[in-house]
Amino acid sequence: MQTSVKPSSLADVANAKAPKVPGTAALGTGLETRGVHAWFGKHHALSNISLDFAAGTVTALIGPSGCGKSTFIRTINRMHEFIPGAAMAGEVLLDGKDVYAPGTDVTKIRLQIGMVFQKPNPFPSMTIGENVLSGLKLAQLKVDNKDDLLQECLERAGLWSEVKDRLGAHGGSLSGGQQQRLCIARALAVRPQVLLMDEPCSALDPGSTLRIEDTIRHLSDTMTIIIVTHNMQQAARVSDYTAFFLSDGGPGQMIEVAPTSEIFSRPQDSRTESYVTGRFG
Amino acid sequence: MTMIPTPTKPWAASTKDRAVDGSIFALSLLSSYLLVFLTPLKGKLACFVCFFLAYAIFTTAFKGIQRGNAAAKDALVNSLVAIGAIVTVIPAASILATVLKKGLPGISFNLFTHDMALATPTDPLSNGGLLHAITGTLTLMVLALIMSVPIGILTALYLTEIKGRFTGPIRFLVQAMSGVPSIVAGLFILSAILYPITKGYSGFMGALALTILMIPTIARTSEEVLNLIPNDLREAGTALGGTQWRTVAMIVLPAARSGLVTAVILGVARIAGETAPILLLTGGGDKVNPNAFTGPMGSLPYYIWKSFNAGSPEAITRAWAGLLVLVGLVLFLFTSARFLGSRKVSK
Repeated sequence: MQTSVKPSSLADVANAKAPKVPGTAALGTGLETRGVHAWFGKHHALSNISLDFAAGTVTALIGPSGCGKSTFIRTINRMHEFIPGAAMAGEVLLDGKDVYAPGTDVTKIRLQIGMVFQKPNPFPSMTIGENVLSGLKLAQLKVDNKDDLLQECLERAGLWSEVKDRLGAHGGSLSGGQQQRLCIARALAVRPQVLLMDEPCSALDPGSTLRIEDTIRHLSDTMTIIIVTHNMQQAARVSDYTAFFLSDGGPGQMIEVAPTSEIFSRPQDSRTESYVTGRFG
Repeated sequence: MTMIPTPTKPWAASTKDRAVDGSIFALSLLSSYLLVFLTPLKGKLACFVCFFLAYAIFTTAFKGIQRGNAAAKDALVNSLVAIGAIVTVIPAASILATVLKKGLPGISFNLFTHDMALATPTDPLSNGGLLHAITGTLTLMVLALIMSVPIGILTALYLTEIKGRFTGPIRFLVQAMSGVPSIVAGLFILSAILYPITKGYSGFMGALALTILMIPTIARTSEEVLNLIPNDLREAGTALGGTQWRTVAMIVLPAARSGLVTAVILGVARIAGETAPILLLTGGGDKVNPNAFTGPMGSLPYYIWKSFNAGSPEAITRAWAGLLVLVGLVLFLFTSARFLGSRKVSK
């Protein structure tokens, strides 16, 4: 990522990076949602979201608070169902198979679709090393060489050089930005095809944010990434595609999806334009 | 080169402040003595009460004059809090001092190596000991722990993690059970198990009654502790492909570990000196009984009760020694549990 260049507009930021052609990486066929709705009890939170996430791309979900972005990504890896009273409709297809199909092993789905949360949440009773490998233990997976995997995950999350001498220290002893990268490393260890990130940088300082964005760009060579963000600069910097969500008092809807450079230079919908230019939201 | 200033603490009390505090203290002490001396109020208790009242009044008045109304209120509440803390410590310290003073003369080496099988409570102290009571109490505690810790923690897990349909009734029952008088638990085991089924006293019967008393304490405290574990961690565990059980076992329980140890300690505290069910169910033998399932089993509370009943000076000394051993045992168990619970997991 070229952090030294200071582009004058978000469109320039979006154009400044090498455009990514979908489907160039052999990573399966990616992820699709077909007419996804979500409810909390009687409250209809999300209406009719159909989106394609091509393998190896980064898609940013932007929109004002309460428009259903987080709810949407939580329906993708079936975390939505943990909320009492939650309901959904529609299909989420991973490699063509509906993750909500009867008989689907939900823990396998969550291994294939990893998640990074808004607040860094390393496991407090575990060391840094144990945190990274915790997914393997949780899902009872076997690997031949744990040390190699540990190093690989931490390197891909951009944390290896900072923690390689203190893998036995507690996860809580790291700074907030390091903790979040530890959580990314933890999500990578089970080798997911898709990584969902729910405002992963909202609790972090600008330096840590840039490091995580760097990490995201590198990771997108090997997986499909969906990132929720309130930071338009971030969407412009890291994503290949951007989807704009909005709620007009009713359920959240997707207004527009397009390659990121187009969303920021010539949005089709006037509401998208007002949002990305900062006129509301 | 820049000069590094000496570190100071401008907020600390100055010598003058200390002198003022000291004189208020002395003044309260003096006035309490005068009150006790001049008025019909007599005795140590009156002296204590007068001193505390005088201290509260003097500090409040002085701060009020010095710094105004708000400072006076602050000083009043401060002194009340301090008084509360001291009043809490006094009985505990006094009990401990009495037990130490009266129990120490009865402590000897043979106390820990002999039982009372060949001695009567009125024998000289060099005869017999309370080995049977110590082993009995430990056996009862271990048996009760083995039964109540899994049940208590599993109940708490049901209430916090599974949150099934019976959460409400179970929480209500657990809360109601924590108020059950120990004699009720003892009578229940006596009438439901001892008389109809086993037809004989044993340590195990006592442990069953203690388990009934322990489960609600452990379950309630564990529930509160588990509720403090942030939901983030559960979500993170599930999002990594863990089943609910794996997430609870690997993440939630380890994160709550020191709190769970506290829950177990509180459970032990509930039963350590419990006497009523023991009197009803264990039979209180005078011999070391390694078999908890048949034959009477001694225990420290039973030993203390029996010795006090015997009434001779030797027996009374034995009883105090037994009390001291019981207090020491409980203290030792608590300290070691704290130590084990707070130790960081490290490799």
